Amino acid sequence: MENYEIVVIGGGPAGLAAAISAKKSGMRKVLILERDRELGGILNQCIHNGFGLHTFKEELTGPEYAERFIRMAQEAEVEYRLNTMVMDISGDKKITALNKEEGLLEIQAEAVILAMGCRERSRGALNIPGYRPAGIFSAGTAQRLVNMEGYLPGREVVILGSGDIGLIMARRMTLEGANVKVVAELMPYSGGLKRNIVQCLDDFGIPLKLSHTVVDIKGKERVEGVTLAQVDEKGKPIPGTEEEYRCDTLLLSVGLIPENELSREMGVKLNPVTSGPQVSESLETSVDGVFACGNVLHVHDLVDFVSEEAEAAGRHAAEYIKAKREDRREPEAGSAQEQIPLETGEGVRYTVPSFVRPEYMEDSLKVRFRVGKVYRNCYVNVRFDEEQVIHKKRLYAAPGEMEELTLKKEQLAEFPQLKKITISMEEA
Amino acid sequence: MYDVVIIGAGVTSTACARELSRYQAKICVLEKEEDLCCGTSKANSAIVHAGYDAREGSLKAKLNVRGNEMMEKLAQELDFPFKRNGSLVICLHEEDFPRLKELYDRGIKNGVRDLRILDGEQVKEIEPNISDQVYAALYAPTAGIVCPFGMNIAFGENAAANGVEFYFDTEVNGIIRTEEGWEISTSRGTFQTRWIINGAGVYADRIHNMVSGKNLHITARRGEYCLLDHSAGDHVSHTVFALPGKYGKGILVAPTVHGNLLLGPTAIDTENKEGTCTTREGLDQVLEKAGMNVKNLPMRQVITSFAGLRAHEDGDDFIIGEPEDAPGFLDCAGIESPGLTAAPAIGEMAAGILKEKMGLKEKADFISERKGILDPKTLDKDAYRKLIKEQPAYGNIICRCEKITEGEILDAIHRPLGAKSLDGIKRRTRAGMGRCQSGFCAPRTMEILARELQVDMADITKSGGHSGIIEGVNKDSL
Repeated sequence: MENYEIVVIGGGPAGLAAAISAKKSGMRKVLILERDRELGGILNQCIHNGFGLHTFKEELTGPEYAERFIRMAQEAEVEYRLNTMVMDISGDKKITALNKEEGLLEIQAEAVILAMGCRERSRGALNIPGYRPAGIFSAGTAQRLVNMEGYLPGREVVILGSGDIGLIMARRMTLEGANVKVVAELMPYSGGLKRNIVQCLDDFGIPLKLSHTVVDIKGKERVEGVTLAQVDEKGKPIPGTEEEYRCDTLLLSVGLIPENELSREMGVKLNPVTSGPQVSESLETSVDGVFACGNVLHVHDLVDFVSEEAEAAGRHAAEYIKAKREDRREPEAGSAQEQIPLETGEGVRYTVPSFVRPEYMEDSLKVRFRVGKVYRNCYVNVRFDEEQVIHKKRLYAAPGEMEELTLKKEQLAEFPQLKKITISMEEA
Repeated sequence: MYDVVIIGAGVTSTACARELSRYQAKICVLEKEEDLCCGTSKANSAIVHAGYDAREGSLKAKLNVRGNEMMEKLAQELDFPFKRNGSLVICLHEEDFPRLKELYDRGIKNGVRDLRILDGEQVKEIEPNISDQVYAALYAPTAGIVCPFGMNIAFGENAAANGVEFYFDTEVNGIIRTEEGWEISTSRGTFQTRWIINGAGVYADRIHNMVSGKNLHITARRGEYCLLDHSAGDHVSHTVFALPGKYGKGILVAPTVHGNLLLGPTAIDTENKEGTCTTREGLDQVLEKAGMNVKNLPMRQVITSFAGLRAHEDGDDFIIGEPEDAPGFLDCAGIESPGLTAAPAIGEMAAGILKEKMGLKEKADFISERKGILDPKTLDKDAYRKLIKEQPAYGNIICRCEKITEGEILDAIHRPLGAKSLDGIKRRTRAGMGRCQSGFCAPRTMEILARELQVDMADITKSGGHSGIIEGVNKDSL
């Protein structure tokens, strides 16, 4: 049995930033367990630019962004194991992992940071009817094949879903010589960033069909074509609107799902909206000393915000260990009385964190959330119980772009009897 | 010159092959697809039926009950996953009770053991997620669940170990009578044989009609299914059937031997013997009707959907025997539900017929046992550590969702009748079968296949034929 202060599960952008931050917060023994062959996670296949505008005030590619954090982690003497799959984490933070060289590893941690990222929603989860031939890829799988291995998965391509990976892959496949015929999106708006729609579709003349979905896949062995149809407000295909597209490839960019199987198995409570853990202001889950950050917590659009969130998780995990050593942490911490829930009002789908404990709060707290539809000229409202404390104008808000606001500790101090905080949207 | 040529490599054919391999005979199997278990055998309810469904005296009834009895020993000998989890036929309304009783009576006549009728409260006690409206249920403790790929592949591998030859990508185009038996022309040359076994699934009518004037007609009856993630696998512990009634046969809800939850099937007749597509209506029907008998089904946990084709013969029973006008030709046709359950008994029956007609003699060196692919998760920690030390590939997880190691994939490729495609790997190891549906592991499994089979990445297919996965390299057309 090995012992570490903090074990970080996953060496992608979240895990790296969390581990670095834990080290900087005074931890000596911090270990990252990474299942892939290198650190950096999915950034390694994101060879387009646009990363780091917030963190480094410059535009980097994914691998460049990852490289900076990998170097920082090495400088901070973060330990890591590659090709190592975590099989199980027990409630008392004993981790069982597996790799070729060392076999089955058992590691005892004082705190655990979950940073496993997310996976792509598959065709099956959407129940798209039709045959099941070769040539149906999730956009991220295609991205790995093209960007890391140099293989072209297809030549005539239809993309379902206008999530960012789908948009990026529309451009990438075009640049590599494929003909991307159309991007179809079930919703009446795109789930991707505005800049990606302009730079990846508009600039290449690739049509985006909103309120459309795939209703049939043809081809027994390899995809031979797909049928698109328009959908009504409930997302149901409208008969008579079918259009056939000849193609050999269907890419799916239809959503990301936080990978919380390990978390669920160890008893971490999940939020049904995000499919990620419910966390406190310190990004601590319902299991004592287990923290979460990045896409395993909730799916982000920009890696810069992942890094920022993970940095906070690393800091909080270190603080947790210090407090425990100094016996500052009361056993009842996290009990219901001292938790003020963050509730979702009109137009808000979820918030991270799910609740705040004022005594653990730092001077300011970033709250991240997503809205349920497209807003133009709107207000973000925050109410402490019934009293409105923030009423902030936004020109534009959309489900595809994460929102954030800041709560101040001093502000909460003015409401000693506070029962709940509600965040909502308001049309102007 | 073969003694027996078996057409098809599904579960029926391989069960016949395995049983016949007990005897001194030169046998081969011809399969038009690239692997075992590519047709009806791979897409069905994966159920070992108790035997109360089929009409008394029918071959279906007889072979169902016999196959069910054989399953335990076979699963042990041939090391495939099988579990006797019991089944419930749910009766929701008092007025339907006579039909439940009818099933019970038929089961008793068919020789099904331990059948019982439970009242609503008893049902809820053993299966808490059954609809609150449940009135009664037929409980069959002898029903079970099985891995259909596992059983089919186990039969095939064991037959191969006992000398049966397998020819894949070999489609039968014609059969003519010769002095000593038959000449079969295929996409890969001709085969001479004394006897033929026709286990061609939905194509068994086409093969039969090549030799006999007494035509068979098989309709491909499509059944669509939805498969739910492991997280939903313990929603029910018994296989839950609807009572066949005015709303049709109903949709079953069943746990699988691998801990998933399976919903289905629909029943739509199609003239297309390759028509394994799912449809919007079919999938909607599965999701809607599954909820009639089982409450709170977590539909968000659906990870994939698929369709299989049942080989339904017009006479509505299995056809096992020689056509009057084609001696030396043995049909195993019309093998639809309960075909998976009955397969071992069909194999036994077919081998019995041939033994008698051909005067076959038993081999002294028949190998009755076969070891499946080692699942290291079943080992204790010390044994697992030792295994990784000896074979480090067992420490390398390739499929994250199902936690399948490189060691298991290597075994699947290199064992007799080994996997050649991603689907072949999937059916043998479950790599790619999980919640991400091979999103993460497909590129890595492709690499392993290419390396081990010494072929180019471009030659790796999903399921043989023209199902290549990559079309070229970046910028090759620019």
